[in-house]
Amino acid sequence: MRSTLTGVFRHRLVWPVAALAVLIVVNTIARPSFIGITVQNGQLYGPLIDILRNSAPLMLVALGMTLVIATRGIDLSVGAIMAVSGAVALTFISSSPDPGSPATVLTAIALGVLVSLVLGLWNGFLVSVVGVQPIIATLVLMLAGRGVALLITGGFITTINSDPYRFMAQGYLFGLPFAFYVSVLAIAVVALLERRTALGVLTEAVGINPEASRLAGVRSRGIIWGAYAASGVLAGFAGILYSSNIMAADANAAGLYIELDAILAVVLGGTSLMGGKFTIAGTVVGVFTIQTLKSTITFLGVPPAISPLFLAIVVIIVVLVQSPRTRGALARLAASARRAPATKMGAAS
Amino acid sequence: MTTLTASGTERHGAVATAVQRFRSRHASWVPVFGALVILVAMMVGAQAYFGTFVTPRVLSALLLDNAYLLILAVGMTFVILTGGIDLSVGAVMAFTGMLGASLLSQGLPTAVVVPVMLLLGAGMGLAVGVMVQYFGVQPFIASLAAMFAARGLAFMVSLSSIKVEDPAILWLQSARIQGAPGSFYLTPTGILALLVVLVGILVLQFTRFGRTIYAIGGNEQSARLMGLPVVRTKLLAYVISGVCAGLAGVVFTAYTGASYPLNGIGTELDTIAAVVIGGTLLTGGSGYVLGSMIGVFVYGTIKTVISFLGAEQAWTRITIGGLLLIFVVVQRVIVARSGTQRS
Repeated sequence: MRSTLTGVFRHRLVWPVAALAVLIVVNTIARPSFIGITVQNGQLYGPLIDILRNSAPLMLVALGMTLVIATRGIDLSVGAIMAVSGAVALTFISSSPDPGSPATVLTAIALGVLVSLVLGLWNGFLVSVVGVQPIIATLVLMLAGRGVALLITGGFITTINSDPYRFMAQGYLFGLPFAFYVSVLAIAVVALLERRTALGVLTEAVGINPEASRLAGVRSRGIIWGAYAASGVLAGFAGILYSSNIMAADANAAGLYIELDAILAVVLGGTSLMGGKFTIAGTVVGVFTIQTLKSTITFLGVPPAISPLFLAIVVIIVVLVQSPRTRGALARLAASARRAPATKMGAAS
Repeated sequence: MTTLTASGTERHGAVATAVQRFRSRHASWVPVFGALVILVAMMVGAQAYFGTFVTPRVLSALLLDNAYLLILAVGMTFVILTGGIDLSVGAVMAFTGMLGASLLSQGLPTAVVVPVMLLLGAGMGLAVGVMVQYFGVQPFIASLAAMFAARGLAFMVSLSSIKVEDPAILWLQSARIQGAPGSFYLTPTGILALLVVLVGILVLQFTRFGRTIYAIGGNEQSARLMGLPVVRTKLLAYVISGVCAGLAGVVFTAYTGASYPLNGIGTELDTIAAVVIGGTLLTGGSGYVLGSMIGVFVYGTIKTVISFLGAEQAWTRITIGGLLLIFVVVQRVIVARSGTQRS
């Protein structure tokens, strides 16, 4: 019994899930309607459903970020890639004669994602082939990407009217938001690729020690390159979802600061920024935690602009708790606490 | 035929050795010269293209428009030299600017408000330094958290912009000190920025603290084994960056005549780009404040050229991104080559 309990507590998903649970409980106490789900016309509505729907872009970006961080990298350009992807897709739709036809929309999405793939490949090329530090390689695209998006939209906010495109982020399927299915699909694909094939193990090997894994015969260059490409594609889909949600391509606002949210989600989920072992389930929990936190902050009547402060406090607490110094102090504390009852028991017998 | 080739190779070898010697002795200055060449080439090119680019008015405005960036770049140079990075500078600049403007509007005297802004910057820098040094958080993450926090705090002060009517602050920007021949002018903000550069140069080149910064960036482990005060020095580097961000808050508030919580979004990246273009290695240990100053002027010239062209401002970002990339790749090659030479 005791060993299973410690086993549960040792599981690396415990703390992320606990944090999410605490948030949900606090929210429910503050406003009982939080967990309420109403059904209208066979579609589900409620704050929790909103969280599922609104978290889709962050979910996609955070999944890609998990892979990149697992290779000991970082991708700062995801927000800019989102902006470019949305700009490409909407510019295509707005210039096409029939913006409402599914064929146009599908082509637009394909174009947006294709451009994102190219941008992701570019990042990967700089990091894995040229050997530029990941933070700088992606910083370049973060700086320049929004400029490119602005050029594509001509400096304006391109708006469109297209029902199939609107469906991506705002539509419902079988009673649940369509965007939710998109994130489920992305989670499934990433999890299957990484956990049902050797790819995940190889990624971890590259992240733990690139040189050693290369000597062991792992094609580390290809794996790192692939991680950035995947991050780019996922960010591209996120950009489609974002632009579909507001039905506009806003080169300045699309995906602004999402790279920071994504990094936070990954860290909250328990993946170390030092690379190596990563957890997809942790990232999923981390994304929901952030989205719930944002919903809470909005509910509290705090202007959304101040919410970065709360996210920062969460980040600081998380990284300080993760730090070796704090861990050491906690371990010493736990050891002394364990010793105290043990001696008492010894005296009793 | 054979002798000719031999002597040719020999002469070539002698030249190569001389170049080699020069390069190995002044290797760290080469990127700075590179930045200077780019700056001059851009100025000459713009002058040739527009006819009137290198005018006293434009050159004076270059310093005036980029005074805040220059101050931030000096602070960032200290941090990057230790091998760290500070992403919080733009947000800290916005936060100190907001708080300063708010305090001024409540009638506090400038003599109190400006030191408060500087102290606030120092406090934010210290917080980042403590996270990095005592808790082993990566500089990137620690300063990212500080960036989030400062941006949120800036909005907490006020969601809308605060106008500054304090005469002393506005004087920093509006006073024109006519200098030298022609219509060159300097503003107090420009002088302040140049003073910061000067102090930065003096501290880095002529103090024990400055040498320790280079030593840490070169190899932190060795610096520690040599008994250098690594912890104190790294903390101080982040504090310097914070103080610079606070001072940039003062200058930027004077520059715009108002504070807005969204001020300086992306400034941290502009600052890093300027420092890197100026030849400072992101891995630390090599670089100069003078180079960062040239980097800021390269950045400012690109901005001016693009506004002269009447092109989209988006091109500024793209050009800066492209230049940053070129410089990083060149740095990468230099580091790789020096690595092979050493081994």
